[in-house]
Amino acid sequence: MIPVTLGVTTLTFALIHLVPGDPVVAMLGDNAAPADIVGLRHAMGLDQPLGVQYLVFLSGLAQGDLGQSIPTHTPVAALIREHFPATLELAGTGLLAAIVIAFPLGIVAGANPGGAADLGAMGFAILGISIPHIYLGPLLMIVLSLDLGWLPLTGRGGLSHLVLPAITLGTALAAIVARMLRQSLAQVRGADYVRTARGKGLSETAAIMRHGLRNALTPVVTLLGLEAGSLLAGSVVTEMIFSWPGLGRLMINAISARDYPLVEGCVLVYALTYVTVNMATDLVYGLIDPRIRLS
Amino acid sequence: MKLPRGNPSLLIGGTIVAMLAVAAIAGPVICGSDPLAIDLGSVLAPPGPGHPLGCDALGRDVLARLLWGARISLGVSTAVVAMTLTIGAIVGGVAALAGGWIDGVMMRAVDIVLAFPGFLLAIAIAAILGPDLRDLVIALVAMGWTGYARLVRGEVLSLREREYVSAARALGARPSRLLFAHLLPGLAGPIAVQATFGVGGIIVAEAALSFLGVGVRPPLPSWGNMIDAGRAFILVAPRVTTAPGVAIGISVLGFNLLGDGLAQVIGRRE
Repeated sequence: MIPVTLGVTTLTFALIHLVPGDPVVAMLGDNAAPADIVGLRHAMGLDQPLGVQYLVFLSGLAQGDLGQSIPTHTPVAALIREHFPATLELAGTGLLAAIVIAFPLGIVAGANPGGAADLGAMGFAILGISIPHIYLGPLLMIVLSLDLGWLPLTGRGGLSHLVLPAITLGTALAAIVARMLRQSLAQVRGADYVRTARGKGLSETAAIMRHGLRNALTPVVTLLGLEAGSLLAGSVVTEMIFSWPGLGRLMINAISARDYPLVEGCVLVYALTYVTVNMATDLVYGLIDPRIRLS
Repeated sequence: MKLPRGNPSLLIGGTIVAMLAVAAIAGPVICGSDPLAIDLGSVLAPPGPGHPLGCDALGRDVLARLLWGARISLGVSTAVVAMTLTIGAIVGGVAALAGGWIDGVMMRAVDIVLAFPGFLLAIAIAAILGPDLRDLVIALVAMGWTGYARLVRGEVLSLREREYVSAARALGARPSRLLFAHLLPGLAGPIAVQATFGVGGIIVAEAALSFLGVGVRPPLPSWGNMIDAGRAFILVAPRVTTAPGVAIGISVLGFNLLGDGLAQVIGRRE
């Protein structure tokens, strides 16, 4: 965990500081007075050697200090603290939406491969994988919000504000998970322990749900962990579509404002979140598969 | 080459991809309209003669922009996949054949880049580098090469133990000859499958970056920035958004089906 965190932190620093292009000139514009450029460069500490900048960055990070936003002089850490919960809320409900959509589809399809339900569920899955977030979001807005008026259009508020963003974010993942669950369940169906469960007199449903499903879950959890990155990526786009006041929108606005310290802070928080989710996935394996308990 | 009988994925996917390629290459020529020509007299005009899909908010022909967008989207995706594949094959191949500390160092580097959410990496690089198509390609390559590096390394490690490779080694073949003459042909199948899925993934990533304003920048048409621009008028003229949305969907579907079909072909052969 620590080497990966340090690696990711260093990569974020390198990304902002080593990529060609002068952030100061970019922020002030080509016609800026040379004195202003020197002044801002000094204020941002960019006139220091790279090694010194890196150490300053790390020591600030250790104290929870990510620098200041250029236009507003607000501490970056405070801005992130303000916006991050909204992103977690969106990503969490997106994941929930994915599971709620995927599990019934995957189970119905996997319990009876080749049947009509299977065909329907997998047809939906193919559609769900193919439709991009950037189109699904506006589409849901027209139909459910503007035409039918069932749900609010944009912004963050109560539960009703979450529905459309969560579906937009979760559908692609739901489609992938449903396919994986179907595959996994269809394999497990023929396993000895499911046959034994049937032989004991359990109904087909009980045999599959109680004995098959749990064993079919391991690859699904792996997939959910691997796709955490796509969920974060999707959340950036979803936040922009629904004007969701989260980290993604903060970051994209910071990019347009050339507010480099804020961009750096946002990228770093995303990366650390991703690392943490991947760690958590490894731990969840132990819970569902006793064979991989951590010793 | 046998016909893909009993493999509808390959057939449908292949057809869609072939049609996309034709649309991207010949479409802009046949269509003839200028995708950049602004005509304020036909703002958001409905489909009609001269404009089969109508016009966007600046009166530009949607079909022309769609076809030029296909050229850009598919061109960028193919270039990105070709480059990620080359870099991945070199890194993975060298790591697997060199072994020891070189393998260790290279794979730790891959681990660190993989520990970084790829799309965020692409956003950051595209935003910092600049507005050129070249910068967009670099950003997407930075996001994608690690997967191929891991795939190639794994495949090389397993192929290396095959008898025909041992035989070549016993005959005194150098590592570079082993890689290019004996290992890469064996790798072609799995890499082709991965690359086919990869093109679909890059199309979506490129569209998303362009939607966010850090990919293909206006006035150059891209499916992603067309959706972004049409979004504001979605109630008045939904087709301006729907056309590129459906184009992305069909492309992703085509490449995914083709990937599935290729995977089946390879699975049957082995």
